[in-house]
Amino acid sequence: MAKDLVSTLADLKEKEALKIVEDRLSAGEEPVKILDDARRAVEIVGKRFADSEYFIPDLVYSGEILKEITDMVKPKLAKAAEVKRLGKVIMGTVAGDIHDIGKDIVVFMLDVNGFEVYDLGVDVPAQKFVQKIKESGAPIVGLSGFLTLAYDSMKQTIEAMKDAGLRDKVKVMIGGGQISEEIKKYTGADAYGKDAMAGVSLAKKWSGAK
Amino acid sequence: MEKQWEELSPDEKREALFQRWLSPQGVEFVSPKAEKAYKERITRIKDVIQLKKAPDRVPVVPIIGFFPAYNAGLTPKDMMYDYEKLSMAFKKYVLDFEPDAHIGAVGPGPGKLFDILDYKLYAWPGHGVSPNHTYQCLEGEYMTADEYDALIQDPSYFFSSTYFPRIFGALEPFKMLAPLTNVLEMYGGFSGVNFIPYGLPPVQAAYKALFEAGAEALKWIGFVGAYEKEVTEAGFPNFFGGGTKVPFDTIGDTLRGTKGIMLDMYRQPDKLLQALEAITPLMIKMGASAAKMNGNPIVFIPLHKGADGFLSDEQFKKFYWPTFRKLLIGLIDEGCVPFPWAEGGYNSRLKVIRDLPKGKTAWGFDTTDMAKAKEILGDVACIGGNMPIALLSVGTPQEVKDYTKKLIETAGKGGGYIMINGAVIEDVKPENVRAWIDATKEYGVYK
Repeated sequence: MAKDLVSTLADLKEKEALKIVEDRLSAGEEPVKILDDARRAVEIVGKRFADSEYFIPDLVYSGEILKEITDMVKPKLAKAAEVKRLGKVIMGTVAGDIHDIGKDIVVFMLDVNGFEVYDLGVDVPAQKFVQKIKESGAPIVGLSGFLTLAYDSMKQTIEAMKDAGLRDKVKVMIGGGQISEEIKKYTGADAYGKDAMAGVSLAKKWSGAK
Repeated sequence: MEKQWEELSPDEKREALFQRWLSPQGVEFVSPKAEKAYKERITRIKDVIQLKKAPDRVPVVPIIGFFPAYNAGLTPKDMMYDYEKLSMAFKKYVLDFEPDAHIGAVGPGPGKLFDILDYKLYAWPGHGVSPNHTYQCLEGEYMTADEYDALIQDPSYFFSSTYFPRIFGALEPFKMLAPLTNVLEMYGGFSGVNFIPYGLPPVQAAYKALFEAGAEALKWIGFVGAYEKEVTEAGFPNFFGGGTKVPFDTIGDTLRGTKGIMLDMYRQPDKLLQALEAITPLMIKMGASAAKMNGNPIVFIPLHKGADGFLSDEQFKKFYWPTFRKLLIGLIDEGCVPFPWAEGGYNSRLKVIRDLPKGKTAWGFDTTDMAKAKEILGDVACIGGNMPIALLSVGTPQEVKDYTKKLIETAGKGGGYIMINGAVIEDVKPENVRAWIDATKEYGVYK
């Protein structure tokens, strides 16, 4: 009996997982089904991370295996399957700061928890956030920053939303290594999350998802 | 007759380094008062480290980045490109705030040297980041996944012929050099062929850049040294005798990168472990030789990838701690006092790092629960840290003062504690730094 892709990938068995994908593809299985299993596996990874069973290296490794699977499956995919999403979230590391590890973890966790995430990358100017809010209509924005200079960038980004008349249309959460309750007040954000799971909880609360 | 260095026991070496730190050569204190204050400051630090008795009060040692620039109305870029401004601003910081120890003026680094070598590992003030902001690491795989054997077999050759060409644009031609160990003897052509690369124009241009970089380094260190002498003579010791890194961070920060080393733990764990062992003696030597040269036992070790969440408990115990501990013991055996500085949280590691000889290390913590640190580690090691830079950045002087008092009550009980900030101080309110240092001097007195 073929081994289960969901549990193999969730247990981070890279070689076995890739072999299963290869076998299923050559057996002519629908690529969408394989991707669906992979997604379910990554959801389990996310859950284990939230439960402190998994740590950052496990997330990084699962992401890497997932990418390999996607690369194998994509050429055979007719069109991307539409997945129903909980809501839209814009994420980015604020201007002047190029740290991405923390931001990437939050993006990953939001994604596996069913959100449609617009990842604007690092060193994102305030206006780019404003533009993306207008364009996507996303009601939630997450600002990430590792350096202390991010305090001012976050503050300026939130002010730019205010100036564009968008502040009451979005909820803003902030996070990063040196972010605290004081910084939340300083920047004018709605909330701060001390880790990726806190970010997911906030997004769920704000989008009305349970 | 005095014993040779090699004949001293580790404790004798440490005492010799403390004594050299207490009585620095070639220093003429500006006044007897300055000399007395200097010795009191070091004694205070020595007492909290050795855990033999409580000091007169809690020492306060801010770990600063570009704070002196902001404090003097200058930019970080000024600190890197105008060495006169560097020494002026750093001196002003020490005299303005009177900490128990400063951390020297080498931090900002020589900007022009990086320009000459076309340094690619970092963006720095005015070069990739705003003149008013600090360094940021440009992470990459500067060592590829299949290069472990090359690193393990000959770290120096790997650095000069593979790593340097990737991180210094001007040293790219070093790719053409043969290992120095190929030159077994000077007789005949077998040795001679190894010198061919040095005749090639690109290699010669790379050496020319290296000479220019050397000249720039000398110019820079002249100002740094003059600053150091002046503040020492005014009574303020430098906290650091040297610095080094944990083997896992050495490979994870700038060789394989965060993602690279994390994947290696799964894909080639044995190679990674072998490489960690291979570079450990180099990391020990790096810290110990600087401490010996500078006559100060304290060796700074910034900790990165072993923080809470970055590794599981098993990963920490398998990949991070064994060579970290070897580094600490190696430094201790050379008479040093390792000062690991743990940014982020270290709560899940406290029980593991307890496995150390008593009174030989000092730890700086950031967001770690200090009551827990005191309880678990307090009888084995000096602990320090936890003043949040968020509070120093946006809090009021009163809030800073209150936090300082609470922190001393929690972590300072009976000695064994140094007041240090959690992460590097950059652009924070000067009045908060003052409130913090003054409050430590007020509330930190042991009766």
